[in-house]
Amino acid sequence: MSRAYLLRRVLLAIPALLGISVVLFTVLAMAPGDPFEELTLNPNVPPEVRIALRASLGLDDPVYLRYFYWLSSMLRGDWGFSFVSRINVDQLILQRVPITVAIIGISQVLAILVAVPVGVLAASRPYSLFDQIANTLAFIGFSMPTFFFGLLLILLFSIQLDWLPMVYQTTVRETGWAWWEVQIKQSIMPIMVLGLFQGASLVRYVRSSVLDVIKLDYVVTARSKGIGQRRVLVRHVVRNALIPVVTLVALQMPVVFGGAIITEQIFRIPGIGSLLIIAILGNDTPVVMGVTFVFACLVVLFNLIADILYGWLDPRIAFR
Amino acid sequence: MAGSTPASLSADAPVAATHPAKPVTPAAEAWRRFRKHKLAVVSLFILAAIIFAVGVGPMLWRVPINEIDFSAKLLGPSASHPFGTDDLGQDVLARLIYGGRISLAVGLAAMFVAVFVGVVIGAVAGMASGRVDAALMWLTDLFLSLPQLPLLLMVIYLFRDGLKNLLGPEGGVFVLIVIVIGGLRWMPVARLVRAQFLSLREKEFVEAARALGASRLRLVVMHILPNAMGPVIVAGTIDVAAAIIAESTLSFLGLGFPPDIPTWGRVLFDAKDYLDIAPHWAMFPGLAIFFTVLSINFIGDGLRDAFDPRRVV
Repeated sequence: MSRAYLLRRVLLAIPALLGISVVLFTVLAMAPGDPFEELTLNPNVPPEVRIALRASLGLDDPVYLRYFYWLSSMLRGDWGFSFVSRINVDQLILQRVPITVAIIGISQVLAILVAVPVGVLAASRPYSLFDQIANTLAFIGFSMPTFFFGLLLILLFSIQLDWLPMVYQTTVRETGWAWWEVQIKQSIMPIMVLGLFQGASLVRYVRSSVLDVIKLDYVVTARSKGIGQRRVLVRHVVRNALIPVVTLVALQMPVVFGGAIITEQIFRIPGIGSLLIIAILGNDTPVVMGVTFVFACLVVLFNLIADILYGWLDPRIAFR
Repeated sequence: MAGSTPASLSADAPVAATHPAKPVTPAAEAWRRFRKHKLAVVSLFILAAIIFAVGVGPMLWRVPINEIDFSAKLLGPSASHPFGTDDLGQDVLARLIYGGRISLAVGLAAMFVAVFVGVVIGAVAGMASGRVDAALMWLTDLFLSLPQLPLLLMVIYLFRDGLKNLLGPEGGVFVLIVIVIGGLRWMPVARLVRAQFLSLREKEFVEAARALGASRLRLVVMHILPNAMGPVIVAGTIDVAAAIIAESTLSFLGLGFPPDIPTWGRVLFDAKDYLDIAPHWAMFPGLAIFFTVLSINFIGDGLRDAFDPRRVV
């Protein structure tokens, strides 16, 4: 993979981020309501002061100027001030990003580890019993609403069996092995909820992708050379079949973040997803904007990683 | 085995071949292929039953949805309340029937918005090509990389009060949710339609129509679009399921419909704090969403088989 390809991909992410920022700002600018509404009702603030305040904050400037002010302060890391918790938005978000990324990352890795072998096996024996069961389970998996699956797990493992804690604790008092035990126990259900949907759609992608590749001539050639079925599958088929899957995984990322918001809300995990909900319920506009922008950046980042991986897996792409 | 020599003279002559083949309409052919997908047919019946229950249910089950009865709160399923009661003693079955109408209506309306926008953008991009095409596809890619749920939540947070004042609490939230869900789901349809247009507009029958002097609009509406609709119908079917999930998610997070409109997600939201003492209250709306979505997805899968002429079924 050439350095030019890498550079081009990274540069292509910039217009995407700018486009997203324009969409976000347009939504914000079109929204009814005025941050100075409360001041108009306050008899202690004379109208001249209010007008001067508006002017000094640039609220009466044309829209495109306001967009540039907003963008430049976002770029400088000045994301505003949370109305509710009285600290800077970027600090608030930074505190909570690691746990969200950890939960999403672990569930993604687990989903891939389960879904790829299942998908490959299902495709190597199409319409067999295993294939039909895997297919049906995958359908059920991605038709299951995240929030309902979470509630089902809580009902089964926390309420009926009492094996796993219902609510995620941030301050774990135990140390050493006990700390790990608590952490693993309280992470199992969120990771399962998030992994199920992702794994289910992945099984279907892998299956159809392997089915496309397995018919190709080079696979027949490999077989006719006397290479065993297992080796043909692992060395020849899977490698090529997984290339389109990488893109599909990246395209799924927005959905995964949506799932993360719901999961965090159900299990009370203090990540940025639950922060978004708290901020919306508390009318905390700077935090809502900040979190949405972070989610957008994460999506663009994952798309970028997928593009780079794609170029590495399939060198033909990088030459185009 | 057509054309093979019978093993003996007593073997059955190929009877079928003597009958003139009946003309098969595309719809009949699609139905024949659809029926091969067993789970899709079963799903069709389940979905029909759900739609029937939601449509006719209120006439058969005449319990009011908001009759508060504290002496009968959080009861499990029984003869007088088949799905049990909630924390105010309201009948869960009646609430689910009423809420199901809204959940399904949101799903259908949002699908129509998504398909309409997708078809228009895809058709324009596919016919125009060149710079317009590139710009529209850039827009499509941009929308595909938007984080949907956060954006959905943000839009609803910012616009909810304004629309509520304009259209009333129910209408405002309905219009907002339909437009936002539809507005964030048109991209796959647009891509499909564009891809279909790119190949169809070079076909001979389009060429022939153009040679006969058909206008550009007539070409699109009468000749190209009908041939491009197969994948769009499949995508639209799946979109209904996705929109139902999106609406329930919003309601489940407490940001969708107001509490007096018991959509399935909203009932689940109210029920989730009583999971330990009244699990039935959460199970029934959850199962309703799950079965509706599952059957719509299976029907979509069956339609994909039915509309794909390359697939031998």
